Amino acid sequence: MNLILEVNHLSKKYRDFTAVNDLSFSVHEGDVYGFLGQNGAGKSTTIRMLLTLISPTSGEIRIFGKNLASHRHDILAQTGAVIERPDLYKYLSAYDNLSVFAKMSGIKVTRKLIMDQLELVGLADRSKDKVKTFSQGMKQRLGIAVALVHNPKLIILDEPTNGLDPQGIADMRNLILKLSRQMGKTVLVSSHLLSEIEVIATRMLIIHKGKKIVEGFVQEMLDPAKTLVQLDTTDNGLALEYLQTTKWGTGASAAGKSIRLNINKNEIPQLVSQLTERGTGIISVQPRHSLEAYFLSLTNNESHVEPFAN
Amino acid sequence: MQIELFKISKRPRTYIAFAAISAIVLIFQFAFKADGQSYMNLLLQNVQDNFDLNRTNAINGYFMCYIILNTLLVQVPILVALIAGDAISGEANMGTLRLLLSKPVSRSQVLMVKFMASFIFTVLLLVWMAVMALFLSMMIFGTDDMLIFRVKGDESQILQITQDDVMWRYFAAFGYAAVALTVIAALALLLSIFAENSIGPIVATVCIVIICTIVSNINVPVIDRNVKPWLFTSYLVGWKGFFYIGTNEEGLPIKGSLENWPAIRNSLYILFLHIAVLMGIAMLVFRKKDILS
Repeated sequence: MNLILEVNHLSKKYRDFTAVNDLSFSVHEGDVYGFLGQNGAGKSTTIRMLLTLISPTSGEIRIFGKNLASHRHDILAQTGAVIERPDLYKYLSAYDNLSVFAKMSGIKVTRKLIMDQLELVGLADRSKDKVKTFSQGMKQRLGIAVALVHNPKLIILDEPTNGLDPQGIADMRNLILKLSRQMGKTVLVSSHLLSEIEVIATRMLIIHKGKKIVEGFVQEMLDPAKTLVQLDTTDNGLALEYLQTTKWGTGASAAGKSIRLNINKNEIPQLVSQLTERGTGIISVQPRHSLEAYFLSLTNNESHVEPFAN
Repeated sequence: MQIELFKISKRPRTYIAFAAISAIVLIFQFAFKADGQSYMNLLLQNVQDNFDLNRTNAINGYFMCYIILNTLLVQVPILVALIAGDAISGEANMGTLRLLLSKPVSRSQVLMVKFMASFIFTVLLLVWMAVMALFLSMMIFGTDDMLIFRVKGDESQILQITQDDVMWRYFAAFGYAAVALTVIAALALLLSIFAENSIGPIVATVCIVIICTIVSNINVPVIDRNVKPWLFTSYLVGWKGFFYIGTNEEGLPIKGSLENWPAIRNSLYILFLHIAVLMGIAMLVFRKKDILS
């Protein structure tokens, strides 16, 4: 497949702080490319560099085979984006907002085009309403319509599910899948939510403190051996003491009122039966997403907040 | 440009400036209609003995417009700053700046369009002032020869301009005011680039205008020579020069003449220089700026 986006040794420094450090990755045509990292990992800075909002300190960005710095106009004419929050002109209607940004994208604007886009994101019946009356989810969908209105080949979505309720998240997920599978768009989607990337992305990149940790196919990263389990028992102290004498001991640790351990998914029944035989009652066993376990292991379980315990 | 003007026209704050001008002008017109003669007597108390006021309808539409402009053109910079100071910072504050700049338009284009939109707004504001202060006053107070009261050095002067010699002077004065106010727009636009909310650049612009106006009014030789010639505020009221009519050797006014055209022309050059420098800096900064809003 054709390379749509190619990032080579990209860096961005602010005095002593390096936001993005020698980052390289590539996105192929038709990919839903997950761009994953904790908050502050450098995702938004990278995306802003892809959209020429921030100038790189060093490195090269090539989109559609052209250098972004020297072919900015041509590249942006074929790129659509929602950057963090979908901020639009609150004092304009959905129709006017879409019309304004469509004109700025250099296309011929017709009423049918605008209404078709609003239909696509389910806002046709609110076309005349001012954006200030919209919910976060509606603004997000209108933001997507703005990104799509000029029929771009590449769509860049920065944290598109931020601030959405569960229904909004599901709608957004379906929309991204539709863009990719039905409309053949290449989508780069950033998120700090692994569960989102796991469901929609074909390939992904994990970034941490501005550096690439790993890049590859999502399916290859879904390794059953890397399941993270949160365990609650009638006596967590005793259970943890016991677990540390077993083969799971190295991956077991206290996490607040629970125990967290890395385990092969197939071994969970064995774990439960051994603890039960020793008289430890099992309250709950919650397998976490395998990708989450992987992500946490790659980022060394770095937490910004101490686990809550009372 | 069309998009920018459309956005400005949809914002309620745009109309505050027009409403403010209307309110001030109407108050002036009401006050002068009610008791304009007292004001005129005050002005003429030193010269009444050697000037025959009864010859003219002194409080006429032309005179009213001059009085209103004298007051309003000091306040209008605030109204211009209200729009131009919001041009970039308002977009940053709303979060639309990043969307705007990720579209296939260059930053220079965005800035120039914002500048042109601010200029058009300024011109519309002046057109509205002309409608309210000149044409409405002409309807209310009628027309006659125009009297200008002026203090030149230690002496008070009254200049009389015949009514058929007035209108072109107003067109020229409004044109000059447009250039002077465009300097304010360029300054506000430059400051707008650095901020992520509108209040900062608007307040900063007004503060700079106030400080520079104060400096422009300090009568100290060293400031007169070295600072004042380069301050744009020294030229904001330069429009009055179009009403200072030239006189012949006998001191009689010469129709269609100006007392000091070279001074007006030089003022315009300096105002244009200010616009070019401010917009040049704005362009340099904006093209390099990382958009972090």
